[in-house]
Amino acid sequence: MSSRELILGRVRAALNDAPVTPPVPRHYRAAGSNTADLDVFIDRLVDYKAEVHRVAEADVAATARMIAGASGAGANGAGDSGAGDSGAVIVPKGLLEEWRPEGALADDGLAPDRIAGAAAVLTAAAVAVAETGTIVLDASPDQGRRIITLLPDVHIIVLRPEQVVASVPDAVARLTPGRPLTWISGPSATSDIELNRVEGVHGPRHLHVIILPSA
Amino acid sequence: MIAELPDWQLLRDAGSAIKTDVMSRLPELLEQLEETVTAAGGVVHWAADADEANRIVTDLVKQTGSDRVIKVKSMATQEIGLNEALEAAGIAPVETDLAELIVQLGQDKPSHILVPAIHRNRSEIREIFLRAMPGVDPALTDDPAVLAAAARRYLRETFLSTTVAVSGANFAIADTGTLGVVESEGNGRMCLTLPDTLITVMGIEKVLPTWRELEVFLQLLPRASTGERMNPYTTMWTGVTPGDGPQSFHLVLLDNGRTAVLSDTVGRSALHCIRCSACLNVCPVYERTGGHSYGSVYPGPIGAVLSPQLTGVADNASLPYASSLCGACFDACPVKIDIPALLVHLRDQVPHPPAERAAMSAAAKIMDRPRLYASAQRAAKLARIAGRRGRALPPPLTGWTASRDLPDFPKQTFRDWWSETHPPSPSPSPPASPSPPTLPSASPLPPPSPSASPSPPPPPPPPPSASAQGLKEDR
Ligand code: SF4
Repeated sequence: MSSRELILGRVRAALNDAPVTPPVPRHYRAAGSNTADLDVFIDRLVDYKAEVHRVAEADVAATARMIAGASGAGANGAGDSGAGDSGAVIVPKGLLEEWRPEGALADDGLAPDRIAGAAAVLTAAAVAVAETGTIVLDASPDQGRRIITLLPDVHIIVLRPEQVVASVPDAVARLTPGRPLTWISGPSATSDIELNRVEGVHGPRHLHVIILPSA
Repeated sequence: MIAELPDWQLLRDAGSAIKTDVMSRLPELLEQLEETVTAAGGVVHWAADADEANRIVTDLVKQTGSDRVIKVKSMATQEIGLNEALEAAGIAPVETDLAELIVQLGQDKPSHILVPAIHRNRSEIREIFLRAMPGVDPALTDDPAVLAAAARRYLRETFLSTTVAVSGANFAIADTGTLGVVESEGNGRMCLTLPDTLITVMGIEKVLPTWRELEVFLQLLPRASTGERMNPYTTMWTGVTPGDGPQSFHLVLLDNGRTAVLSDTVGRSALHCIRCSACLNVCPVYERTGGHSYGSVYPGPIGAVLSPQLTGVADNASLPYASSLCGACFDACPVKIDIPALLVHLRDQVPHPPAERAAMSAAAKIMDRPRLYASAQRAAKLARIAGRRGRALPPPLTGWTASRDLPDFPKQTFRDWWSETHPPSPSPSPPASPSPPTLPSASPLPPPSPSASPSPPPPPPPPPSASAQGLKEDR
């Protein structure tokens, strides 16, 4: 007998009391029961020490360039990369042309050390949650492979207000199962050294969110 | 953060009911999960016990030709002793949580389940890094941020050069084949994104029926676990995505005693546990003894239930007694597991050694009387202050701790913290409180029944030290 049959057999035997379960009570706030509050979302982002920029769509490229420049080349620190692209802003292949800063490096299968050595990565996002300050990436063409938003030290995300939903159930309802998803709520953190909270362990240590005006 | 959610109790109700439903439909859900994961390009393996799981993982790693794997901290792989099995096969497991790294480089043992490197202060960590971390900057300071940055650089190299990762999972969605890891440090994202091969070991009870359940558990887990609105990073993947992330994905479904737990109609609700650690953070016994007092893979109140269930009562006979049955864990549990009731249920089943029983009933007797309990806690703290070698609990509790090296106590006990933050209210005359070192001697009494348990304070917020924990994957 295979282990599969063994385990499934054990599970069936364990349930020979044929437990009857009542329907799941879903009286919590379901998707669609609240409207998103952009101010709450921004509050949450600031709470996570993300930087929020409210600019017109025409200014996205310049804003991204400014952020990348201010963060300094080689922000990941010596030894993280082979350098070479240290001033570059990486963008996914499907990012809107007009958002791309001059000299942006489009990802066409870039090697990890080139990604790690870039000054920043600029992407769109799939959806954001006001109540928790969460931004979700789903690897669509304007967000790219997961690796490009993981290795650079600065991640710049452009959001339209329509993408911000009220709560977690709203986001779950909007997302497409099956896509690789990354839920981001502020920079990474650890409390492993003397219980001191240190922000920015792995992944981008700086998160910038550009919020466009409503369409 | 919990108070912030107007529907917290309703979410708990839903979470509890979803888990009950899962257990009653486990065979069909597991078969469905196998189908969806396979359809998405993953390979599903079934492991009846720890040995089989270790064998499966070891063989998979060997097939890749790699002699090293990167790991995200996972209770399931700890439960089966995977690291030891890999090492025996000549494969080096690299734990990538910061605390585990400190322990690994310092070549010592974890001191605390939630904060494994708590026994190392910042200057010791600096010395360990200078001594054992290849390529470290000799000008390293002991600023925690600088130390974390050094670990970042060192691990970055390992992340990029290791082709196989092993993870646990917080959930698997049967109708989509999606798996998820909820984390804080970002090492999870690294392990789940960068390698060519990903091997995930998951207990069969972690399956959830539909995508929609995420709306419940992604609210319950982070808030209950670290008190955050949302944890920094959650990664979800469905099989293999061409051109993005690991191109080879294996899911090992682990039984290892879970079906035996399931066959106990009362005890099966322990399988609802989502490993959030809220029950640890509110437990006065756990707080008092600092972390390893339950002495098993699964810590705290739920560990006292799960460890004997999963690994047999013989090894863990004392665990169901390591609780004061105060009920704080039940109130804190996001899926409403009635842990005190489960402990009572287990106490009825479990044989226990007389010495242990005597010690634990003495503890129970003390805990039944708040003033006495408080002074016992203070005595324990004094014992700690008295010196590193004097860390055993005062008699009669010593019998219980003799076999274990008691870790350092938290600086402040829950009860001290509670009385500092809550002004005393008049109470009926408590029993006289003897001076700390002379506690009443043990008398073999039956374990307390729930009705005899002290009435707990209203559900307390976690003590200050607890809220600082980073979330560990796959609790
Ligand atoms: S039993 Fe404890 S760890 Fe498990 S879900 Fe409940 S509170 Fe969390």
